[in-house]
Parts: sequence; C-alpha cells; structure tokens
Amino acid sequence: MIPEIGHFALVLALSVALVQGVFPLWGSFTGKLQWISMARPAAFAQLFFLVISFACLLYAFVSDDFSVLYVASNSNTQMPTIFKVSALWGAHEGSLLLWAMVLAGWGAAVAFFGKGIPSLMLARVLSIMGLICVGFMLFMLMTSNPFERLVNIPLQGRQLNPLLQDIGLAIHPPLLYMGYVGMSVAFSFAMAAMMGGKLDAAWARWARPWTNFAWVCLTFGIALGSWWAYYELGWGGWWFWDPVENASLMPWIVGTALIHSLAVTEKRASFKVWTVLLAILAFSLSLLGTFLVRSGVLTSVHSFASDPARGLFILIFLLVVIGSSLLLFAFRAHKLKSTGTFSLISRESGLLVNNVILMVMAATVLLGTLYPLIIDALGSGKISVGPPYFNAIIVPLALVLFFVMGFGFYLRWKKDSIERVLRKTWIPLAAALLIALIVPWLMTSEFNIKTILGLFAGSWISLSALMWILSLGSSPFKLPLATWGSVIAHIGMAITVVGITVVSLYDSEKDVRLEQGQSYELAGYTYTFKNIESIKVDNYSANRATMDVSQNGKLITTVYPEKRDYGPGAMPMTEAGIDAGFTRDLFVALGEQLGNNAWSFRLYHKPFVRWIWLGGILMGLGGLLAAFDKRYRRVRRRSLQVSQRDTQSEQTTKPSSLSGASA
Amino acid sequence: MNKKFFIPLIAFAALAGLMLFGLSNDPKLIPSPFIGKPAPEFNLPRLDKPGETLSVDDMKGKVWILNLWASWCVSCRAEHRVLSDLIAKEKIPTVGLNYKDYGTEDYGDAAKQWLDTLGNPYYAVVIDKDGMAGIDWGVVGVPETFIMDKKGIVRYKFTGPVYQEAVDKTLIPLLEKLRKEEG
Repeated sequence: MIPEIGHFALVLALSVALVQGVFPLWGSFTGKLQWISMARPAAFAQLFFLVISFACLLYAFVSDDFSVLYVASNSNTQMPTIFKVSALWGAHEGSLLLWAMVLAGWGAAVAFFGKGIPSLMLARVLSIMGLICVGFMLFMLMTSNPFERLVNIPLQGRQLNPLLQDIGLAIHPPLLYMGYVGMSVAFSFAMAAMMGGKLDAAWARWARPWTNFAWVCLTFGIALGSWWAYYELGWGGWWFWDPVENASLMPWIVGTALIHSLAVTEKRASFKVWTVLLAILAFSLSLLGTFLVRSGVLTSVHSFASDPARGLFILIFLLVVIGSSLLLFAFRAHKLKSTGTFSLISRESGLLVNNVILMVMAATVLLGTLYPLIIDALGSGKISVGPPYFNAIIVPLALVLFFVMGFGFYLRWKKDSIERVLRKTWIPLAAALLIALIVPWLMTSEFNIKTILGLFAGSWISLSALMWILSLGSSPFKLPLATWGSVIAHIGMAITVVGITVVSLYDSEKDVRLEQGQSYELAGYTYTFKNIESIKVDNYSANRATMDVSQNGKLITTVYPEKRDYGPGAMPMTEAGIDAGFTRDLFVALGEQLGNNAWSFRLYHKPFVRWIWLGGILMGLGGLLAAFDKRYRRVRRRSLQVSQRDTQSEQTTKPSSLSGASA
Repeated sequence: MNKKFFIPLIAFAALAGLMLFGLSNDPKLIPSPFIGKPAPEFNLPRLDKPGETLSVDDMKGKVWILNLWASWCVSCRAEHRVLSDLIAKEKIPTVGLNYKDYGTEDYGDAAKQWLDTLGNPYYAVVIDKDGMAGIDWGVVGVPETFIMDKKGIVRYKFTGPVYQEAVDKTLIPLLEKLRKEEG
C-alpha cells in the first residue's frame, strides 16, 4: 500500500509541476494575474507531494519491503539502517527521485525567500523550474519507476554495491545533487531575464546568492567525493579524472566562472550576455553530467543497447532543455545590452581572463570525458583518455589563472594602471617568490621547478588575499561578509593548490610483502606488521591487520587496514588504515595473502594531502559567507516596493509588446 | 538579431548529432583499418628483462595478443583479472605494451609496482615511453587489445577493457579458429 501512495504522490507531483510550468509562464505573457500568482503555491505543493513520494520509498527501504523491485535489487536485511537509507539514492531510479525532490526543494525555497522579486520574474523562474521537474518525473514514470512491484517476492534483497556502503557516500550524492540542481535556479533566472528582455543589477543580485549556494554544495560534494575515493578505493589517489568525477567538476568550473561573471554584471552592468550563457551552460553540464553518469553511457559499454528507451528519453530531454534555452538565447540575447565599458587594465579584464581560462578548462574536461563517447560513436568500445591528457592541459592553464588571481583583488573597476597595481602587489609577489624558492630548498635541498611553481601559486594567492583585506583599512568585523567570503574562498584555493603540488611530487608508495613481525621503512617511518585477525560485522566479514608505525624508534600510531568481504557476488573491498595528520597522512592498504604468514601491503606516505580537502572546505565556507551577505537581503527589502511598481507598469503597458517579441 | 548568438546553438546541435549517432549506430559494424593488415613493426626495450628488446618479428609463427596498458589507466586495472585468466587458460603468448608510462617523468616505475601487486600475466612487457609504437598501431586510448594470427596479420581489435562475456563469446572462439589455420 505504502509504495502505491508513493507512486500516486509522484503522479500528483507531476500534475502540479505541469500546472506550475504552464500557467504562470502563460500568464506572464498574457498578463493574467491569477495565473501568475499560481506559481508560488504550486511550488510548495509540488515539494509537498515529492516529499511524500520520497518518504514512501524511504519507508520501503527501511522496512525491507522486497516486494518493491528497486528495494529488492539494492538493499537487504543485513545492512545497517544508515545504508538502507543511502541505498535509496544508490542506483538510477532512486537518485532520480532525489533529484526531483531537491529540485522541488530549490523551487520552494525560491518561492519562499523570493518575496522581493517582481512577481512576473518570479512566475517565470518558478515555471521554468516546474518544466524541468516535469521532464524528470516523466522520465521516472515512463522508464524508471522506483515503485515497481515484484510478483514473486524474494525473501532477501540483493545488496548495495559495497563501495557505496560508506558514510562518506551516504551524504556525498545528496550534496552533489543539491549543487547540480541548484544550478537550475541560475538557469531559470537567466531564461526569465531573456524572456523579459531585461537584465539589470537587481537581477544579478537575486541570482547571485542562489548561484553561490549551488556552488557551495558542489564544492563540498566534490571535496567529500574525493576524500571518499581516497580512503575507500585503497589506491591512495584523490582524483582520477574518471567520467563520474568529471561530470561534477564541469558544472563546478563553469559555476565558478558564473559567480565571477555575475559580479561584473551586478557591479558594472557588463558581461550580461556572457553571464546568461554561463548560467545556461552550468545547468546544461549538470544535466549532461548526471545523465551521462546515471544512464551508464560512459561507465558501461552496453548501457544504451540494454535499455534504448532510457537512452533515447535522456537524449530527447537534453535536446529539449538545452536546445530550447540556446534557441531562446540566439533570438533574445541581443536585447541584453551591456552598458558598462572598461579598458584593457581593469578588474573587468581580469575577470574576463578568469572566465576565458575557466571555460577552456571546462571544455578540456568535457572533451576528455566525451572522447570515449565520440570514439564509441565512431566504432569502438570504452577507452580511457587518462590523466596525462588532463594534467597536460589543466595544470598550465591553472598556473596562469592563479597568477592573474592574485592581481585580481587589487584591480579597480573600469580603468586601472599597471604601475598602480604593481605598486600594491610587489610585496606579496616578492614574498611569494621568496617562499617558493627558499622553502623547497630548505626542506629537500633540491631545485624542482614544479614545486616552485605550485608553492608560488599557493603563497601568491593567499598573501595577496590577506594583504588586500588588511589594506581595506576598516576593522575586520565591519567588512561585508562577501569580502570575507571572497578572501577565505581564494585562500582555500591556495591551500588546495599547495596540497596538490606537494602530494603529487613528494608522496611515496611501496608495495611490500611482510610476514608477521616484519618491518619496512618508507619516508622515515617504520611500518611493522603485528598481526592479522578475522572479524565479522553485520554487512561484511573482514581480515583486519594491525600495523604499528614508528619514527626514530618511537611508536607514532597503530593503523588497522582491512580487506572486507561483502558476501557472494561482491568484489572484496579494501578499507585502508589511515593515520591522518596536518602535514602528512600515513596510509596502509591490505593486499592479498601470500603464503602462510605473509601478506602484501601497500604503504603510502602522503605529505600535505589533507590540505586538498581543507582548501575545499574553506572554499565552500567562503562561498557560504558571501551568499549570506547583508547586501542581498537589504536589496531584497528595498526592491520590494520598487519592483512591485515595475511589475505593474510592465503588466499594464507592455503585455502586447512582450508577447509579440516572444513570438 | 546578431548571428554570433547562434554559435552556442550550432555547437550544441553538432554535439547532439554526435550523441544521436552514438545512440542509433551499432558500433560493431565499423571495421578498424588495421584489421587484415600485417602487424605494425616495433622493436622496444623490455620492462620485465632490462637490457633486452622484443620486436614484432619475434612473435612470428604463432597466434599472439598485444595488450596496451598503463599504470595510470583505471580501466586497465579493471580488465587485468579477466585478461590474466584468459592468458592462463588459453596459454596464449601475450605482449603487454606499456604505453606512455614506465620511465616517464610523471609515472617513474609505477608500472613495475603495478605488475608486482596485480601480477604479471604477460609473456613479455615492452616499453613504449613516448607512444610512438602506439601511433603506428593506431591507438586511440588505453586499454586496447589486438589479436594476430600465425602469419602476423592483425585479425581482431578490442577497444576498452576486455570483459568476461567478450572473452567467452568472441576472443576464445577466435583464438581457437586462428590456431587451426596454417602458419
């Protein structure tokens, strides 16, 4: 019964979303106030029904209702409750439901907090979000219904992929989805602006906090995913340029560009067309990414063949959403005139460089990710383009980006001079060079250009950011949150850069065969294999080794690497033993048994690897602070009166011209 | 109206066309240009026996496999067990071509550790550090697997990681057929 309620609620949500997608939009062109005012209640109703639907599926998972096909194939009674919950979004159907619910959640949030937005604009934004949700729910109901029942009810379910039975993975997908779907808000704002043919500073101020929130979710989601891959896969790597990772990285890169371009649009009424295009791209890439990953186009050779209906629907949906938005762009973008002018040396130019580099990066990742698909289309199977390609292009681009980034803080809007900027920046520039040259020499007494470049980038960004906030003169507590957010986020970037540089160049790893009692020394640490035991937990059994790590004869830590067996049909999983530290991680992965007493181990010394994620956390925090800046709230209140006047005048005087222009 | 605003739309249309093509086309129907041609020559240093080299000529007279791999390639890790089983079961001499990996600045001796950890199923492993042999063989990505007959003609190419179903249904029958042919 409960699954049927869930199914029914999903159908109801679809109907509401249809209403939300059609009537307010229609009303906004014909001037029907009743239809326009349907947008907000519809957004709340849609969320309401999707929450019911989601709760029903959740109940089916928690109560082990194996009469539901989706539950039976992804969960079993042995799994701890937390993983029964996360199993909901562990596969295709459930993650679509989560997607739809999160999308409805963003819609309701916009409806709730967007009281200051002119009702015409709000109606259009909510309508477009409703239409996107219609697509998702249709997809779910037509090809991937999570509530489908089984005739022969199994006693026990299959299980969630053991890789996903992990706390990191329980929260990572929802966060990423929040980010992906959040980009739909900026997208809808951009579409609404093009329909209205007007894009002003107020528009940018409405769109900015939402874009920031979405970007923050993506940042945390990606950092969490990288951290998970690091400790769960047992290879000690934190980024693999795998299609799934790339799918989340592309919207992040474009989202970063969008945040910066929105700043120009708000402050200088420039970059308008570009901002709108970025908003479309960011969401398109989110869609493309989710679908490429979720449909299995890139992870399995046979995905399209196995379910052509699904593949075709995905393609049609992408065509409709991206195609129609780009079509609208092609016909309406010329209306969005940028009025602000700027000279070659100005903050606008700096941000333009930022945007161009970020877009080239995103295109690089897109090409590398789609390349296997292109090859596939031209006649072969799945291939891996591999890190050499990505590293060769992304790293030099990033270095240029970081170099410009430091100057960016000091650049003035509109017009600046090189002399003035250099006068302001020579101290951090020189200090960063000094650090980059001296620190590696002191630590390793060798001269490695890569280390120097990485350290220079890191210290240059953080020093210039710090000096900039000090040079603003006023008390740090009086500065706007956005300023703080910007500085913290950029310092986060710097910390990540330093982490990546050091761990890529100075990590050491060794595969060793150890008998009980034997030791091995790596990077100054002695690893001693003490013993190994078999343990049994609810959802798996494991061999767990005990390994002491000492330095200069002093015991530092004991780690317990495991090899887990999740039962028949599942690959054995490696659970690494990690001693995390601020300046280094000691990482031990247990391998195979080699003879009686001997096991193979992989030992790693990973200097500064934590900095990668620490930087990610700071970036996210920075974005969050910026999104909460007072300015956005104040403007919202002030614009309430102004915009109501605006809306009325647009509605009374312009309906005919508006609908004429859109035809 | 400004024509440049149509550029994103046109670019997307091209991309969509590509995806539509991928969806509607049976990829197996398009042959690789290397099938039916003599195996491209190489003479490369061996990773497993330093100081020695191996050339395509050394493999003449028997049915053999060339498998391209690299330690940086995640899919290679995925196919390793399937490939090892195939080699052990069919006792088929297989040359591993280590592509842009061993001895490079970025990866050093990662390939060696890879073999030590996962096992070395290969008859010989040769080093294609700068990828020149890869170009001759028309490599588009890693992993790729070629099957040569006794006359040294390329008879089959498998792109991407080999999986069990492909081994059972395609590779093993083909190997058996090729072994029955005259040398």
